Amino acid sequence: MAYSFPDDVLEHVFSFITSDKDRNAVSLVCKSWYEIERWCRRRIFVGNCYAVSPGIVIRRFPDVRSVELKGKPHFADFNLVPDGWGGYVYPWIAEFSRAYPWLEEIRLKRMVVSDESLELISKSFKSFRVLVLSSCEGFSTDGLAAIAANCRNLRELDLRESEIEDLSGHWLSHFPDTFTSLESINMACLGSEVSFSALECLVARSPNLKTLRLNRAVPLDKLSTLLRLAPQLVEFGTGAYSAEIRPDTYSRLAEAFSCCKKLKGLSGFWDVVPSYLPAVYSVCSRLTSLNLSYSPMRSPDITKIISQCHNLQRLWVLDYIEDVGLNALALSCKDLQELRVFPSDPYVVDANVSLTEQGLVSVCKGCPKLQSVLYFCRQMSNSALFAIARNRPNLTCFRLCIIEAQAPDYLTFEPLDAGFGAIVEHCKDLRRLSLSGFLTDRVFEYIGTHANRLEMLSIAFAGDSDLGLHHVLSGCDSLRKLEIRDCPFGDKALLANVAKLETMRSLWMSSCSVSFGACKLLSQMMPRLNVEVIDEQGYSDAEADSCLVEKLYIYRTVAGPRIDMPDFIWTMDQDRAYRLRNRPSS
Amino acid sequence: MDQKRSSLNLFEDIDLNYKATELRLGLPGTDDEPEIKTNLSGNKRSSSEMESSTCTDENESRSAPPTKEQVVGWPPVRSYRRNIVQNGKTKTTSSSEMGSGMYVKVSMDGAPYLRKVDLKMYTSYGELMEGLQKMFKCIIGLYSEREGYNGSQHAPTYEDKDGDWMLVGDVPWEMFIGSCKRLRIMKASEARGLDDHSQ
Repeated sequence: MAYSFPDDVLEHVFSFITSDKDRNAVSLVCKSWYEIERWCRRRIFVGNCYAVSPGIVIRRFPDVRSVELKGKPHFADFNLVPDGWGGYVYPWIAEFSRAYPWLEEIRLKRMVVSDESLELISKSFKSFRVLVLSSCEGFSTDGLAAIAANCRNLRELDLRESEIEDLSGHWLSHFPDTFTSLESINMACLGSEVSFSALECLVARSPNLKTLRLNRAVPLDKLSTLLRLAPQLVEFGTGAYSAEIRPDTYSRLAEAFSCCKKLKGLSGFWDVVPSYLPAVYSVCSRLTSLNLSYSPMRSPDITKIISQCHNLQRLWVLDYIEDVGLNALALSCKDLQELRVFPSDPYVVDANVSLTEQGLVSVCKGCPKLQSVLYFCRQMSNSALFAIARNRPNLTCFRLCIIEAQAPDYLTFEPLDAGFGAIVEHCKDLRRLSLSGFLTDRVFEYIGTHANRLEMLSIAFAGDSDLGLHHVLSGCDSLRKLEIRDCPFGDKALLANVAKLETMRSLWMSSCSVSFGACKLLSQMMPRLNVEVIDEQGYSDAEADSCLVEKLYIYRTVAGPRIDMPDFIWTMDQDRAYRLRNRPSS
Repeated sequence: MDQKRSSLNLFEDIDLNYKATELRLGLPGTDDEPEIKTNLSGNKRSSSEMESSTCTDENESRSAPPTKEQVVGWPPVRSYRRNIVQNGKTKTTSSSEMGSGMYVKVSMDGAPYLRKVDLKMYTSYGELMEGLQKMFKCIIGLYSEREGYNGSQHAPTYEDKDGDWMLVGDVPWEMFIGSCKRLRIMKASEARGLDDHSQ
């Protein structure tokens, strides 16, 4: 074409386009745009590490600087995915170390990361800056030591909620004295004590430090030392917030907090001694994010704090806040966008906290910007759900967990179908929904019909028959992730909606009624899906097709069946189940 | 360390009834361990049981409220969160002491995959051994005071709260699950070292 722009002009234009969706659209315009785009794509996100292989990624995008990978299915968080399932990052790191010498950022979620992988990362990428390991496992503090010792330009090290073999706190001391680029560190999940002097020196020589999330082992009386060295902090997580009550410790701490004029996020507060809480009051008015979900703080103390947080946008808290605290939240925090209330004692039938559906209704009525809710409680009613739906049509994420499975409306004893139906009908932008309580197929009819923007749906102990699942799979135009446990959904609904499965990232079904035969048939019909059956009881070809599978994980992929499965997982293929047995690379 | 073994060497038969003297971790007022079920509708292995699946599910699950039993992964609270809150002194994330599930890692020498077992699923050493044997497809056999696990290729060991590696079966069951941090199925030849250690 005579009138097209030179490549480097196009490349410059493309550099302003950062969203993956838009980048993907750009690449489809024509061959030359595809070529230009792929050479200048710097950031990739792989939502399911088995949907594509490292080789395919590298072939298409030769110069990537930032990678985000996700491994295990979400239900792995609740012990539903057996150990050894997979999600090993080593093969990716090995190939990246050869192909992307300029890689700067690696973000992983629910992946198995070995010390070997961490060592390889630390030695392979000279400009490495960001390492985020979210809900990962498989590594020890030795791996962290390698990162600390070798990543000269590290800016961010975030270990959020990972399960780490904590051999000692010595890893922190491996950051060399010349290392001054640290901007963010989150070590809250580690148990061992780190050398305080090493920590102090690290903070002192990191002028750009914005996020410091300490672990429980850092005592309260040391906090003021750190805060005085880093008054520029934007996010701070305390350790155990308890000490003997001493006026000089208190006043030092209060003074140190008051110097932190930029502090917007606070977390930590394990083991609280309430007398020390007023030390944080001076920062409350500037806080936008508060995470008290690991804190045994009770309602009166929580209320005193949040009543001063007029700019609060995000609150994570335990049910110790109680309805009274949530009422205070509704009055004081008009900018609230996200609320998560976790259960302090999920395994007792009767709560020892006075938190009911009323607290949630209060916040939904009082906080006009509320978009995202995660709420654990012990009773719910359709009328409360109606109130929530009517007041907050702008909800984008609604995850409700009524602790007793299949609990009906506690006022009328009816199913909660109508209540959740109201939610999906009124909240037109709802992207994520988790159901609980007593629910029939009816609720799925509402969801299938109304939830057009819904991307992720979690279902447990709900429904009557295949019709329920069919409603969801035949409706929900935007559905990407569906996870189901203990529901009477089976072959009919799956086989009637096979094409749908390729439009989604993944489907998880455990303790449902899907048979081996249906899995094999599905696999035959849809070659670009991996239909993986997890069965720890054992399976042999001799088993009848009518036997039910324990757990099923189906996902679309361009990489074919995976080869790193343990012996209790099979990819269904053709007329017989086959599995390729290889040890995982790490 | 040696004290542990010697004072409890009184128990030759691991099936002795310890109920009279054992410490319990349950809530006051609860009797024996609640029934453990991994899914609401019971065993789903054969389809004939599931023919009338939907009707029986509904009736079964409504008449037997599941919260009184321990269902795996319900309520959906991450074990990480459970550990921090439940026990103010707990720092480890490798096993939870209260609430639903007591997952400990199990490794077997020579097996490539680490597994996890929920100790609360079992009520005796015999059941635990059966579970482990199924999981790793090996034979462990039963423990005898004098001979340990002699006679089999593998010996189950565990790391206790103090970081010591002990032979499984030494202490009363309740004490075991209270102190077991992780399990390792060793080759019998290596485990013999543990046995001799006590002398």
